[in-house]
Amino acid sequence: MNLFTFCFIRKNITRPFEDQTSLEFFSKKTDCSLFLFGSHNKKRPNNLVFGRMFDFHVLDMIELGIEKFVSLSDIKSPKCAEGTKPLLIFAGEAFDTDSEYKRLRSVFIDFFRGQTVPAVRLAGLEHVLHFTALEGKIYLRSYKVLLKKSGCRTPRIELEEIGPSFDFVLRRTHLASDDLSKTAHKLPKALKPKKKKNISHDTFGTKLGRLHMQKQNLAKLKTRKMKGLRKRRGETIQGEEEDSAKKAKVE
Amino acid sequence: MAHIETFLLAKAEKDEAEKLKSIRVKKELELEFDLGNLLASDRNAVNLRDFRAQKKEDYLRALARDNTQLLVNELWKMPSERVEGVVVAKLPEPTTRLPREKPVPKPRPPTKWEQFAKLKGIQKKKKTNLVWDEAHKEWRRRWGYKRANDNTKDWLVEVPETADPDEDQFAKRAHAKRERVAKNELNRLRNIARAHKLKVPGAAAAAPSRNELARAEQVAKVSTASVGKFQERLPKEKAPRNRGKKRAFQPNIGDFSTERQQQLELLKVIASKKPRMDVTKAVNKQMREEDMEAASKKRKGAGRKGRKGGSAPRGKAKGKAKAKGQGPPAGKSRQVRKGLGKR
Repeated sequence: MNLFTFCFIRKNITRPFEDQTSLEFFSKKTDCSLFLFGSHNKKRPNNLVFGRMFDFHVLDMIELGIEKFVSLSDIKSPKCAEGTKPLLIFAGEAFDTDSEYKRLRSVFIDFFRGQTVPAVRLAGLEHVLHFTALEGKIYLRSYKVLLKKSGCRTPRIELEEIGPSFDFVLRRTHLASDDLSKTAHKLPKALKPKKKKNISHDTFGTKLGRLHMQKQNLAKLKTRKMKGLRKRRGETIQGEEEDSAKKAKVE
Repeated sequence: MAHIETFLLAKAEKDEAEKLKSIRVKKELELEFDLGNLLASDRNAVNLRDFRAQKKEDYLRALARDNTQLLVNELWKMPSERVEGVVVAKLPEPTTRLPREKPVPKPRPPTKWEQFAKLKGIQKKKKTNLVWDEAHKEWRRRWGYKRANDNTKDWLVEVPETADPDEDQFAKRAHAKRERVAKNELNRLRNIARAHKLKVPGAAAAAPSRNELARAEQVAKVSTASVGKFQERLPKEKAPRNRGKKRAFQPNIGDFSTERQQQLELLKVIASKKPRMDVTKAVNKQMREEDMEAASKKRKGAGRKGRKGGSAPRGKAKGKAKAKGQGPPAGKSRQVRKGLGKR
């Protein structure tokens, strides 16, 4: 069993959208903030509720109905190891335009991303989860990545379907209010990016810096020697003689 | 010649294009990548006609392949290094903002000094890193290793007039320093303890229970020089039970006749050959046995649904009682049962 999941063996009769106390109790008991609740009744057949908590209170809950399902065992092919960090791909405009789909994408990322790691082994990228939002349905497909030789360093990708595949239909949602969502997304001060002093970026993207200097005496400033610009002794004397000569004539 | 050159160049270009062809994917809109989460978002509209024309799975697989190729291209652009013989790519920080699991931890509460400073309006003064040390004639740090004006490191200390000539001045200074360090450490730990107490608001310290309090009160009352004799009582408090003597003894010189009577009876008992019998004890024992008998009969009777009359167990119990020997002979006990009570 996975270290990060807690699976309840017994069936618990709960209605997530009506009463959230039992969910919150379980979450507190097991110290888990993500939950997945499956149910089946005549009104809502093959129902899955994806939910997440903040401070052991329900933040978001999204209900999805399964229209088509192919299980792991139905697809006969070698699978990848359990616990590999999957590549997540979301396709479709809905994930960027519709607010409910945006939340759904955020919930899916939370659920499926696994541990946050600073580096990843390139050959070990085996698992891909592809979510497509199309015509009101969400298609989830799971593939194994095969890295084939291409002419250059980056390999060519071939995919092989392995894992379970779902065709979801979005049913009810219970999304958090804006301010609760804001509190949940708050970053603590320590994690905020530090601002460096005396460095600014202008509108063109160039980096500008400020230097602080002590006061300088501009008269005694030592610059580069420009010999060519120096006044020549010969020139000045000639000019003076000419002037005096002219005056003498007038008088 | 020129033809061959151009031909070779063209071939080289073609080869390059071929190489990159296998990994190049054409898309209308660029994908958005969050490599920290190994995430890619494709905003391109899905071609519905193609989707319906082909088999769904094939179309989805082709789309997935294209998107994965683009994501992998991006990942291979990241700086890589060899860790334990394995090629590993360093990922940047994840950019997608996801909600936290638990609320942001509260900042630590101010220390005793910080509270006082705030109250008085004392500002923190920025101090220079280095201080001029007159004795060594150089700039030294304000505190720490080889600091300026360290009086414990003086090689000569004048003994002041008021001090005891036998006192070790160096030791005195070292001792004072140790005291200061210990005091500082204590205060630091106290600040931490105070901070933690606030952070974790647990249940109120278990107050003593009612019984414990009563016991404590009793003990306190008796713990005076006069053993609680002159302690006042509250208006509604009951007088304490006799906690004095455990055993009551008869006075040494009392009623002569009763004493004589008792002594004579004692002699009689010693002399007699019959064993003495405590009637109450015997009666109680018999009663208990009969109760147990009845109980076992009831249980067995319930178990066997009253099939067997229960005559057999009855007999057993009786037999046991007689076999004990200490029990009274059956006849006598029956007679005595009528008159119960203390002797």
